[in-house]
Amino acid sequence: MAARQKLLSTVSACRALNIPSRRVCHGCINTHALRSFTTSKSARHDFFKDLESQIKVFREKAAAAMPGSDWNPIDLTPGLPPERADIVIVGGGVVGWSIAYWLKRKERMRDAVRVLVVEKDPTYSQASTVLSAGGIRQQFSLQENILLSMASADFMRNINEHLGVVNEDPVDLQFNHSGYLFLASEDVAHIMEENYETQRSVGAKVTLFSPSQLKERFPWISTDGVALASYGLENEGWFDPWTLLNAFRRKAMSMGVYQCIGEVTGFKYSMHSARTMDGDKVPIKRINRVNVRMPNSLEYQPVECALVVNAAGANSGKVAGMIGVGTGHNQSFADIPVPVEPRKRYIYVLHCPDGPGLDTPFLIDYSGVYFRREGLGGNYIAGMSPEEAEEPDTSNLEVDHDFFQEKVWPLLAHRVPAFESLKVSSAWAGYYDYNTFDQNGILGLHPLVSNMYFATGFSGHGLQQSPAVGRAIAELILDGGYQTIDLSALDFRRIYCQEPMLERNIV
Amino acid sequence: MAASMLCQTVRQSRVHTCVAVFRRGLSSSPASPPSLLTRFLLKLHQHFYDVEHLIGWRAKHRSWFVRRKNVFYGYTQQNYGENIAAAYYILSLKGSFRFAGQSEWFRPNARGKFSYDFMNYPTSSIEEIDLSGTPINHVGLDNLVSQKGLRSLSVRGCPEVDDWFLSRLHVFGESLEELDLSHCPQITVGGLAALQNLRMLRHLDVSSLPRLQSPGLVHILLEEMLPRCHVKGAEYSQGLIQSDIPIQTESVQEPVTETR
Ligand SMILES: Cc1cc2nc3c(=O)[nH]c(=O)nc-3n(C[C@H](O)[C@H](O)[C@H](O)COP(=O)(O)OP(=O)(O)OC[C@H]3O[C@@H](n4cnc5c(N)ncnc54)[C@H](O)[C@@H]3O)c2cc1C
Repeated sequence: MAARQKLLSTVSACRALNIPSRRVCHGCINTHALRSFTTSKSARHDFFKDLESQIKVFREKAAAAMPGSDWNPIDLTPGLPPERADIVIVGGGVVGWSIAYWLKRKERMRDAVRVLVVEKDPTYSQASTVLSAGGIRQQFSLQENILLSMASADFMRNINEHLGVVNEDPVDLQFNHSGYLFLASEDVAHIMEENYETQRSVGAKVTLFSPSQLKERFPWISTDGVALASYGLENEGWFDPWTLLNAFRRKAMSMGVYQCIGEVTGFKYSMHSARTMDGDKVPIKRINRVNVRMPNSLEYQPVECALVVNAAGANSGKVAGMIGVGTGHNQSFADIPVPVEPRKRYIYVLHCPDGPGLDTPFLIDYSGVYFRREGLGGNYIAGMSPEEAEEPDTSNLEVDHDFFQEKVWPLLAHRVPAFESLKVSSAWAGYYDYNTFDQNGILGLHPLVSNMYFATGFSGHGLQQSPAVGRAIAELILDGGYQTIDLSALDFRRIYCQEPMLERNIV
Repeated sequence: MAASMLCQTVRQSRVHTCVAVFRRGLSSSPASPPSLLTRFLLKLHQHFYDVEHLIGWRAKHRSWFVRRKNVFYGYTQQNYGENIAAAYYILSLKGSFRFAGQSEWFRPNARGKFSYDFMNYPTSSIEEIDLSGTPINHVGLDNLVSQKGLRSLSVRGCPEVDDWFLSRLHVFGESLEELDLSHCPQITVGGLAALQNLRMLRHLDVSSLPRLQSPGLVHILLEEMLPRCHVKGAEYSQGLIQSDIPIQTESVQEPVTETR
């Protein structure tokens, strides 16, 4: 509104100069009246030039202040969610939309299941999906993880058969087939060898390098301290997470999935109790309604549903808490919370014109530091997970630049001497959907909530597994059990039995 | 057909209006406008289930054709050996090949017919393959991976050759010396990066790849990545000024040059 005031003061200045003010009106100039001006030509010119820019500023301000001008590239139908849905998916990240797609894909009849995806933030400003590094690899130690990634790679290979929509541009994931390169020190080389055997046995195309072979393949690496390296030949690299998320969403919506912008804030449930083998009484809950709060209002809409899928990423522990999981009062079965919490991770964008070239893989050093190429202009992204004791505060997504200077950079420069000189051009932070129990996905029904399925806790590899995880959850729901990959080892039982499924990491 | 169309209930589901709105917000590249017929069909597609099925069926048929052309010849392989299966696959795609130690090429005639003389050499492996202009894709490559002595491969102008195809070429890493990828409409730099696994490569043709955004720069990067290989491609200066889209970041820090 300052501009408006300025305009008014210009008008009063006109009065002072004895220029009839009616000749200057807001936003339009009476050209006919102009001719009778007496000021010199150049002064007149300046005056109107100034006025025009003032008006422009004013217009911009007014537009920004208008209600509802919060311009959004994705035009969504506003409004309330449907009152009834068969399956409500909490969280519209890549996992949520993948499940929605697969549910529709597997339904036998058109509109046999009514699927609703509830997402609280249509800009995805905090979702892990769009803040991730976008990598996919098969170099895991658990067979389940390897198979999930291979199935997802297969999905991405044929992505347009899955996610292509008639009359739309084909999906282009911008997949970079550059592979992952893991480096192992003397202490962990034997683990790498075992992992390699497992990976080969399930069909992943991985190869091992000795330090000298490594130097020959990637002359820019310093092999100091490296005893063994493993490199993925196929199906490994990185891609654009946004494209995958949007493609899933576009396809799922074209197949009839409902989307609703709102936050799930609670559940209405009924309860009955069951007895454990030891004779303890445990309450079993069943969700009847999901409460969805509309954005920017206090309005709630209860959605009646048969099943709920918790795919809220880093927030899924909190969503589980809403139904009272993990808040029991005595030391019992019901007390064990869903062990998923947000953990902040930084990614730094580096510029280094003399850095490694097109052959740069997604490199993961045994020290924990990782980097990959970004585009062709000498840009890289790098990061590292902090020590358990030094986990940063998760209340916001601010970046700690000292962490790069003190922890990441020395390790990077040690591995790639060209990185001795670089500049950090930008950085961002995102939340891992961190599974504090064993850092792997938690899939399937919760034992104490008879109709809530989970697909969460992927801790840094959820993006690459999302296509296969979506299929797995759809199989659980619609077929009653896993059909393609047996993932029963990733269910809740391991948490209650305290038998972690740990990745044998070399980092 | 028309009658049944009229009997169809016109769709009025909210979902479809959602999709239409969604599209406007997201489509980025204005593709060449489709023909009148296609546009008419698409209009109908939005309103009638029949037409939707028809169009879906057409797309399915197209991918089915490519899939059928690229099936794995497991039966042939079992009964006649890997070499014969590979040779038969190449000829049925209307490609041509040369066995190691022979000088003449086997190729089908203009009508796609070929003689079965190649059956006489079940122990010869294939050294050179020319599959230019054929519908080969990454699945069809399964029929060729057994040819560990392959030295030259041309997939010039193949519409189905994509980055995933290139990422599988590592199986020929120990032998492949010559590779012609020119005029392939789907190849991008993301797939060319996988050629680093072809350590024996001496000649590479990457000219006229329409999806390469800065072909000159990619040419330089390829030469740097494969120092022993002669790369034929765009002029260095072509598209050197690149338009790398900056990464979206939460907090953008002022760039500062630092040296340790
Ligand atoms: C820095 C970083 C790097 C990574 N790198 C990789 C990588 O290289 N490869 C890889 O595979 N993975 C990587 N990941 C992990 C990957 O991003 C995640 O595992 C994956 O995105 C999880 O997807 P999601 O859909 O479960 O979660 P999200 O994408 O977080 O989606 C959850 C959604 O739920 C919504 N939500 C939450 N609570 C509610 C509620 N109450 N009501 C409604 N909506 C709600 C949120 O708004 C959010 O959009 C990385 C992660 C980070 C942070």
